[in-house]
Amino acid sequence: MAVLLIAEVQGGELAVDATAKALTAAAQMGEVTILCASEGCAGAAEAAAKLEGVSKVLCADDAAYGHDLAEPLADLIVSLAGDYEHIVAPSTAASKNVMPRVAALLDAMVISEVTAVVDANTFERPIYAGNAIQTVKSGDAKKVATIRTSTFDAAGEGGSASVETIGAAANPGLSEWVEDKVAASDRPELTSAGVVVSGGRGVGSEEDFKLIEGLADKLGAAVGASRAAVDSGYAPNDWQVGQTGKVVAPDLYVAIGISGAIQHLAGMKDSKIIVAINKDEEAPIFQVADYGLVADLFEAVPELTGKL
Amino acid sequence: MKVLVPVKRVIDYNVKVRVKSDGSGVDLANVKMSMNPFDEIAVEEAIRLKEAGKAEEVVAVSIGVKQSQETLRTALAMGADRAILIVAADDVHTDIEPLAVAKILKAVIDEEAPGLVLCGKQAIDNDMNATGQMLAALTGWSQGTFASELDIEGDSATVTREVDGGLQTIKIKMPAIVSVDLRLNEPRYASLPNIMKAKKKPLDEKTAADYGVDTAPRLEIVKTSEPETRKAGEIVGSVDELVAKLKEAGAL
Repeated sequence: MAVLLIAEVQGGELAVDATAKALTAAAQMGEVTILCASEGCAGAAEAAAKLEGVSKVLCADDAAYGHDLAEPLADLIVSLAGDYEHIVAPSTAASKNVMPRVAALLDAMVISEVTAVVDANTFERPIYAGNAIQTVKSGDAKKVATIRTSTFDAAGEGGSASVETIGAAANPGLSEWVEDKVAASDRPELTSAGVVVSGGRGVGSEEDFKLIEGLADKLGAAVGASRAAVDSGYAPNDWQVGQTGKVVAPDLYVAIGISGAIQHLAGMKDSKIIVAINKDEEAPIFQVADYGLVADLFEAVPELTGKL
Repeated sequence: MKVLVPVKRVIDYNVKVRVKSDGSGVDLANVKMSMNPFDEIAVEEAIRLKEAGKAEEVVAVSIGVKQSQETLRTALAMGADRAILIVAADDVHTDIEPLAVAKILKAVIDEEAPGLVLCGKQAIDNDMNATGQMLAALTGWSQGTFASELDIEGDSATVTREVDGGLQTIKIKMPAIVSVDLRLNEPRYASLPNIMKAKKKPLDEKTAADYGVDTAPRLEIVKTSEPETRKAGEIVGSVDELVAKLKEAGAL
């Protein structure tokens, strides 16, 4: 069975971690061809060809695919769909935008956030913010799925697949890119970081979030936030961890001033070690933390940062 | 311009979810149900468009069990002008898949001819995050997903979207499907007089069969299980002890 894996390409570069993790899931469904669609994506295609277990890489280099616009990208994927029984992608903002559109164009029901591949037609996925795991069997001729990367190990490198350049599909011209507002950061990317330090409502202000950032920088960690912190304007939206934000599973997750609503736990409870610092000893976060410290974060966090 | 707002009746977001012991699903009997929180944001945005003179009529539509009319009454109390209930299931445990929902909504669009569909980006029960995108595919319309800002000017809309790296702004052609994210607005509470008024607003009732849509699921639910639970950890007494424990565990 043939699988088309849509690579995550950001700014013309392959997002190796997300793509390699989705590749591990895709390889359990069949022989994998990777599609790199972006503007100036030859380098991304070459990087994808080096991933272990890839049989071929398709490279669609066109300005229409430069900004993850759903309509032209969906049409491209659908134009290629005839050769594949499975069409999958790592579950990123870009793929969540395009894959359901692809599925509907193929008259298939998309299978979002796959956390385990039982067999080529049967998948596990979390529902109700991860409070239940559903096993679903697709009866569709084409299976369209997004892969939750935090639950799969990354495929290795050492492959040498061939790269085939393909033409663009017709652009329906329904949308155009205006601008990106992306904060430049030297910190690791949130979803692939080994350590994540997150702050919640208890941090109290955008200014005091510097405490969280200081600890993160000391640990070489990415910075996360609860929805409450983002809604209150303490942290930008792309830091949000949870049911509707990012799902992370680092080796170490440090939750500071976060009460632990189920919507937040949904995004981090698969972390290897969880540390919680909160002054409220009744906070639900302590029920999932390996190590809990009941303390005022404004004292504990500077002390912890100083002692590392 | 007419705005169509699909709303879903889901388990209230504060309710603790329990998986049924026979693995057949999540227990929804005698559980508090509410409007999907993202859909509330969509309703609010539609009403604001009307208040700003950019929309003439807001039509709420819900697809599911008959009790979804309560959800529609909530939308009417918030300020929607009328509602359409499309009964597609008898049992509250039957979830109509986003593909079938999108097909029904497409049929509604063919009848109602809205200029904009505003929907929640995902329902907090099945967490699929799919209906808006699927509806955009079936209508051939543009899509602006995960919107945190929306500005409509004539035949196009500027949508700021919450994406992995931050925010992306795109310009889409109308008519369009816009799926809303958390930060678009803060939904209003319905006032008591408006709740009373909502009872008199028109609510049409139809069935999925009226639109000729087959709602049979494409994904067979093999089983529903409890997630693995984490073992309760330990409370440490000081920062020093925390550092020592983390070093011991190899985390530092």
